[in-house]
Amino acid sequence: MSNKMGGSFLAHRTPQVANLERRLFLKRGLSVGALALLAGCELTDAESVQKVLWAMSGWNDRVQDWLFDPSRLAPEFPESRITRPFPFNGYYSESEVRVIDGTDYKLELGGMIRDAKPWRLPELYALPQVSQVTRHICVEGWSAIGKWSGVRFSDFLQRVGADTTAKYVGFQCADDYSTSIDMATALHPQTLLALRFADEILPPKYGFPMKLRMPTKLGFKNPKHIAAIFVTNEYPGGYWEDKGYNWFSGS
Amino acid sequence: MAADIKELVHPLVVRVTHWINVVAVLLMIASGWRIYNADPIFDFSFPDELTLGGWLAGALQWHFAAMWLLVLNGLVYVCYGILSGHFRRKLLPISPVAVLRDVRDALRGRLAHDDLSVYNAAQRAAYLALIVALVVMVLSGLAIWKPVQLYWLAMPMGDYEGARLLHFFAMVAVVLIVIVHVIMVMLVPRTFPTMFTGRIRRAS
Repeated sequence: MSNKMGGSFLAHRTPQVANLERRLFLKRGLSVGALALLAGCELTDAESVQKVLWAMSGWNDRVQDWLFDPSRLAPEFPESRITRPFPFNGYYSESEVRVIDGTDYKLELGGMIRDAKPWRLPELYALPQVSQVTRHICVEGWSAIGKWSGVRFSDFLQRVGADTTAKYVGFQCADDYSTSIDMATALHPQTLLALRFADEILPPKYGFPMKLRMPTKLGFKNPKHIAAIFVTNEYPGGYWEDKGYNWFSGS
Repeated sequence: MAADIKELVHPLVVRVTHWINVVAVLLMIASGWRIYNADPIFDFSFPDELTLGGWLAGALQWHFAAMWLLVLNGLVYVCYGILSGHFRRKLLPISPVAVLRDVRDALRGRLAHDDLSVYNAAQRAAYLALIVALVVMVLSGLAIWKPVQLYWLAMPMGDYEGARLLHFFAMVAVVLIVIVHVIMVMLVPRTFPTMFTGRIRRAS
């Protein structure tokens, strides 16, 4: 019905209208082509596009925070599924792994934490330990299954009197790495202050003396060689996050 | 005066969502290839010149921004297609025999395109396949993004690694269908302006 009406209306169009239509068509065709071209090259470096992309990443942080179920557990696997050898990854190569002396190691605490005294390694080893065999997913796409043991991070935060209503937990590492996570993930039951890998004291390449292990976040969010932990309401960013990787990066 | 009637073959919603989809799919594929290159599943990489983002973090930013464009636009298209009867009228019915016949005719260059307002069986199959492939892309992409929170989606696909493979092969399907589609448009060029104007001239 409407088709017919449109058809009869158009049947009476004047040459001017036809001309206009042709020009409109060309214009539309050009703008689509231009968009496709720009998307590929020049626009990529434009500041405004960068702004939009960062804003979208921030929006995706909010969506992921909303999607995050604090009681949803990441799948755990039998030990037979462990990936051997477990891949090394970092912002430097394996030959540049920092070797940290465990005897004068001290874990510093800061920010919104009541009892911010530093922790020595034997004190950490003496705390109740739990284990998990979980999948580590790298932002690059690969994944590997490993076994980590250590202190449940929520227990540790409670023990030191951290303000768990704060927004962020930040990490400074002995290899000059840094990252930060949301409090909900910090309190997740599978978030571990890992002291062991495959039942052995964490070797240097996997983050001696300790790493934060979170099967609910991508690998780069799991800091190794942790030197200081702080609780804050101010967004701390991180080594890769400041360069453009998505901050929440939850699984 | 020879009156020619212009008949609407592509409704406005279909035209608009089609061109937005072109942009979204190009962005997703170009950035997706860059992401693939960070850790190739198979023994090859995509040429960097064909990718978007410059490096992994940039490609991920594009990918996770353009996904909203792809999904929201796709939802408008699919809802419209179902509720308006557009899918039922244009894509159905579809029989395997007719698809095989039309594909064979097309390969021999004998498939007639007399009436652009009616999709032949090969077109119906291709467009339906593209819709399905894009839906699989989105679902497997969500499973890769959220294998823990959306475990119910990831598990039937073989968990994270299975979903990752599925995402790759659905991309291959999308690229192949798009290539065939573009070739067909080049072989029957009068279909091209119709995707802008929505109308064909029909002698009355």
